[in-house]
Amino acid sequence: MIRLKNLTKIFGATTAVDNVSMEVGAGEVCVLLGPSGCGKTTTMKMVNRLIEPSGGRIFIDGKDVTEVDAVQLRRSIGYVIQQIGLFPNKTVEDNICVVPDMLGHDRKASRKRAAELLEMVNLEPAAYARRYPKELSGGQQQRIGVIRALAADPPVLLMDEPFGAIDPINREVIQDEFMKLQAALKKTVIFVSHDIDEAVKMASRIAIFKAGRLVQYDTPDNILAHPIDSFVADFVGADRTLKRLRLIAVRDAMAENPPRVTAQDAVETAIALMESHGHISVVMVGPQGRARGFVRLEALRGKKGVVGDHFEKLPSVIDIDDNLRNAVSRMFTNDQSWLACVDASGVYQGYITQRGITHLLGATYRDR
Amino acid sequence: MEGTRTAHPMAALATLWRLALLGLVFVLGVWANASGTLSAMMLYREDISFLTLQHLELVAISGAIAIVTGIPIGILLARRSLGLFGPLLAQIINLGTTIPTLAILALAMTVLGLGAPPAIFGLAVLTLLPIVLNTVAGLRAVPPALVEAARGMGMTNRQILFQVELPNALFVIAAGIRTALAINVGTVPLAFLIGGGGLGELIFTGIDLMDTGLLLAGAIPTALLAVGVDLVVGQLQFWLVPRGVNPLR
Repeated sequence: MIRLKNLTKIFGATTAVDNVSMEVGAGEVCVLLGPSGCGKTTTMKMVNRLIEPSGGRIFIDGKDVTEVDAVQLRRSIGYVIQQIGLFPNKTVEDNICVVPDMLGHDRKASRKRAAELLEMVNLEPAAYARRYPKELSGGQQQRIGVIRALAADPPVLLMDEPFGAIDPINREVIQDEFMKLQAALKKTVIFVSHDIDEAVKMASRIAIFKAGRLVQYDTPDNILAHPIDSFVADFVGADRTLKRLRLIAVRDAMAENPPRVTAQDAVETAIALMESHGHISVVMVGPQGRARGFVRLEALRGKKGVVGDHFEKLPSVIDIDDNLRNAVSRMFTNDQSWLACVDASGVYQGYITQRGITHLLGATYRDR
Repeated sequence: MEGTRTAHPMAALATLWRLALLGLVFVLGVWANASGTLSAMMLYREDISFLTLQHLELVAISGAIAIVTGIPIGILLARRSLGLFGPLLAQIINLGTTIPTLAILALAMTVLGLGAPPAIFGLAVLTLLPIVLNTVAGLRAVPPALVEAARGMGMTNRQILFQVELPNALFVIAAGIRTALAINVGTVPLAFLIGGGGLGELIFTGIDLMDTGLLLAGAIPTALLAVGVDLVVGQLQFWLVPRGVNPLR
């Protein structure tokens, strides 16, 4: 979708961007990551020609951007900046509709679209559409900044540290909202950031820059698992393997079709089941298959009756769509070495163990 | 919306100032009536109404010329593409503010002769300066991020100027116009010296004849005009500058 070929930018005596070639696939979020002054912002700004390249070419959908009028090009590319840059003299809806209005789109239709976009970021259109930017909080302003870039439905979105100036709690919320928007709209996004956690969370691919050069361009998991050199390794942090936890969904790490017992099962059945699987405990489910509790092998020995008389409460469970980072955090919180995994309606789907997680994270190193 | 009630400190001060002025006018009125000055002034009723209109005419024409030329000059001077040239020109204009009003009028007279045209020219030049300076200051104060966002979204330079820069500088520009017109109204009496007419005719004749009634017949309406014009322009500024960029609303 977007292809950079030997892109170079020289400011006077300094080379800001040095022979960068890369390709961003349609619908991907490509995060340009690196310390300040590494050329990531310059690279992004050359895509919509806010900065003209000194050498190399940029293609969007196979078309060289220098063949299009710069103003027309920019109107076809969404643009979000860290300082937000909402126009204080315009109302929220007029801010959102800046590009549609310039393109001469039907006013009524674009205002309706603005209301839809407001709803997508959880801002009630009736309450917010006619407000002025100064009447909004910083987080609300940045939400408007993002949907303003989407108003004319451009296929490509450029974002320059869009969430950098927002407090950490709101940043997480807005990132999640953006991911939801992105899942629905599937834009091709170039996203500049200096925050590795943000990059890991948002990116389909991460491009790491150092002094104008593209050092490594790969998926977040590969960057974290196999940094190409010590610069990348230092940049992504000593805890990079822990960061990988966030990239893996519980459903991909759990043991499926686990053994289970019901409250009516005899104690002997439960013991036999655990022994045959080599487990020291087993989850007890209700009639619909929801996880209700568990029994420990140790506690059942020498006992009579049914499982329902002896079960213990599960200290916590984890949703299968959650990520491993939260799963591990929950294990640590409750001093557990395993967790029961349930789906959205609470049905028992599998279990994950600390041992299983370490094994999974290590797989990428063993295969080499 | 609540902004109207959360009083701006400057706004509170302005209100106080206006109340003090009204009080002063009232006290002066009582004194004028008691001392017989009022009846003396009333002798010139017809002159006052005729000259007040002439006075306002001078203000309107010179003010309009100043606004129409001052804002474009300010826009030109605020262009970043001018480089060092812009600040240099602004400095020259700043120097202009130090030239005494009488000198400007005298210079205008030497070129344009006697009558209303040189007076209007001189007044326009005088009124121009605060408007140009405020236009430059207002445009310079527009955050660069706004311009970057506008450019990044595909606005042309023209659209950036009219949709982003000017609207966001409007409040400061309007403040400049307000100051300029207040100076203008107060300076118009000097126009009489080069035959330009206006309430100065009563004031200077009153001084020459040592006739207090005649003098006040010119001075008091001039003062009231200055306050009135400031009040009107202030209200225009309050209501016409959009809420999003109006710190008073």
